[in-house]
Amino acid sequence: MPVRPTAATLLPVLLAATALTACGGGSGGDPDTVKVSFKQSTDNSIHVTDDYLADIKRQFEQSHPGKKVELVPIKAPDSEYYTKVQQMLRSPKTAPDLVYEDTFLVNSDITSGYLRPLDAYLAKWPDWDQFIDTAKAAARGEDGKTYGVPDGTDARGLWYDKGVFAKAGIPTPWQPKTWDDILDAARTIKAEVPGVTPLNVYTGKPAGEAATMQGFQMLLYGTGDGTTDPLYDETSKKWVTGGDGFKDALAFVETVYEEKLGPDVSTALDPNIQTIVRGDLLPKGKLGIALDGSWLPQDWLPGSGHEWPEWSRKLGLAYMPTQHGQAPGKVSMSGGWTWTIPAKAGNPDLAFEFIRTMQTKANAKKWYVANSGIAVRKDVAADPSYADAQPGTEFFTGLVAFTHYRPAYPAYPKVSTAIQEAMEGVTTGDLSVEEAAAGYDETLREVTDDHVVQR
Amino acid sequence: MTRPTLARALPLTPAVVLLLLFLAGPIAYCVYIAFTDLQLTGQAESSFVGLENFRTAFGDEGFRNAVWLTLVFTVVSSLVGQNTLGLALASLMQRASKPVRTLTGGIVITAWVLPEVVAGFLLYAFFRREGTLNAVLDALHLPRQNWLFTLPILAVSFANVWRGTAFSMLVYSAALQEIPREVTEAAQVDGAGGWRRLWHITLPMIRRSIGTNLMLNTLQTLSVFGLIWVMTRGGPGDKSQTLPLFMYEQAFQNSMIGYGTAVALLLLLVGALFSVLYLRLLRTEV
Repeated sequence: MPVRPTAATLLPVLLAATALTACGGGSGGDPDTVKVSFKQSTDNSIHVTDDYLADIKRQFEQSHPGKKVELVPIKAPDSEYYTKVQQMLRSPKTAPDLVYEDTFLVNSDITSGYLRPLDAYLAKWPDWDQFIDTAKAAARGEDGKTYGVPDGTDARGLWYDKGVFAKAGIPTPWQPKTWDDILDAARTIKAEVPGVTPLNVYTGKPAGEAATMQGFQMLLYGTGDGTTDPLYDETSKKWVTGGDGFKDALAFVETVYEEKLGPDVSTALDPNIQTIVRGDLLPKGKLGIALDGSWLPQDWLPGSGHEWPEWSRKLGLAYMPTQHGQAPGKVSMSGGWTWTIPAKAGNPDLAFEFIRTMQTKANAKKWYVANSGIAVRKDVAADPSYADAQPGTEFFTGLVAFTHYRPAYPAYPKVSTAIQEAMEGVTTGDLSVEEAAAGYDETLREVTDDHVVQR
Repeated sequence: MTRPTLARALPLTPAVVLLLLFLAGPIAYCVYIAFTDLQLTGQAESSFVGLENFRTAFGDEGFRNAVWLTLVFTVVSSLVGQNTLGLALASLMQRASKPVRTLTGGIVITAWVLPEVVAGFLLYAFFRREGTLNAVLDALHLPRQNWLFTLPILAVSFANVWRGTAFSMLVYSAALQEIPREVTEAAQVDGAGGWRRLWHITLPMIRRSIGTNLMLNTLQTLSVFGLIWVMTRGGPGDKSQTLPLFMYEQAFQNSMIGYGTAVALLLLLVGALFSVLYLRLLRTEV
């Protein structure tokens, strides 16, 4: 008797079949479509990236007849975005043609074999000469090849409240020349303006990478002679144990919290400290000096939910000085994001064409202005309409010449956590500077498989 | 004979295939990964490392600390907190009038239906230095507290009690209603006081519900992540870093998927141990 397929038996089979094909459905080999993955803001009211990319897509499809761009947004906070992208890059079925990566992880992903070197493309692209050298180096692998095109950067410095300074009797514009100048100003504010937190330096594990980058490394790179990377030794390719500079930077953090120049320790170690600083302390005039990033005004723009248009009159900007004012005098740290082509991308040539469209001078400028980014193209940086677009842009663009990038090698995230732990120890007073530095050395050996060097 | 059985089994096949594919598959894959040094990034190839990850875990101070905190968190918030408070609420509500019962039930259940992250933000706002708790203490002229900083594990345990008690309350309410009225009344006539009745009548009669409730509560509590993540992020230091947070840090912040998965398996083991313990306790006869 022939088996008559009935609806009841067929339906589950169909369901199973669709479920199975759904997981196998790869990006496909459509040679005319370029798939672009990027990080979409988790805040529904912010469409800066979406609008910009939609515009580029339109331009690209117009100038490349027959070609299509498929935008694949990933809506997630930073750390989850990295995880998701790294999972996508593992397989040719899921790898997009173009992906937006934090320079902080580029080297890890190069080591994993996720990315494709772009040197052949860059050699034939005249605009590449417009990129500043430090930015070009940001996506360079240990093998010397370049794996990404940066679309801007950021910088860090000292923000100060002019109103608080007036009450404390400190003349503005203010520009400290040494670390002691900063501490002196903070001490004056503490004595003269009660109820105001004199100085914020991010610290400890709850603040995460902000503690390491905005806090610790802004100090550390201002110690010594400023010519070598105090965390990583490029020649021996080893991590550097905590030397004098490391201890001095820790001592600065210790002083801030021991003398109660910073926020109350429990606030400093609150996981939401960044929101507290940007959303509460600064706009309400309750913080004297903030060691923080160039992107702060993004939070105060119209439509952000906490507009503060007066910020440019109320806040002043000063560069972070080196420890004793030694050359080159200024310190800044930079990060930023870069466009990379996955090793398993199906249409790398088309993907690079898309990068070229994004990085025309006009489009690059549009992007820097829209996302409060700092230019990495010399021709845009020199353009007055870019510099005037937002207060602060000119100041931070000027710091790019003095900026440092993190040694973003695979072990970096673990090294960063070790730094945060050392900072937290001196912040709470549980550890002395010596003990915290010794603890860092020990953890460093552990997380880098003993690839360390003493200097 | 075979024909009808085959025909009957046929509709089940897709379900079985799906289960194998989406449930058993990932679990088996997890077990495999736990024995490799797989990383999310920063590594060209992964290799089989045997028991290395487990050895690392037991030698890792952070792991031992996380196990200890997980035990504290589970005992304080689930075993003691949710469980006894749930029973207390359930028995009080038995005697309460209908409006009181509806109101209390409503409030407790609201806490339960809130998403974990929302509950986390609410309790963060309650406990933080400038939060509600201190405003209330100030008004009462009592000293301010900062549990998120000084005793974070207690603060998150309290948060979990706040959030999870409703479940126990519902389980116990149902169980208490099952106790025949005559039994309690007979005990009362025989002169048994409240505590005696509780100890000798009520508890033994709802023994099974206690077991089920404890087991479900414990397993739920062992896997709490969002609540702690939002309130303290495992800090300050690692003073509230329970196993799920430790696992997250290793797997996704330090990119060590292999190690993180091994920790996850150990967490499963802790859950299994608790379950066995409850089952053994319950087997003893009344």
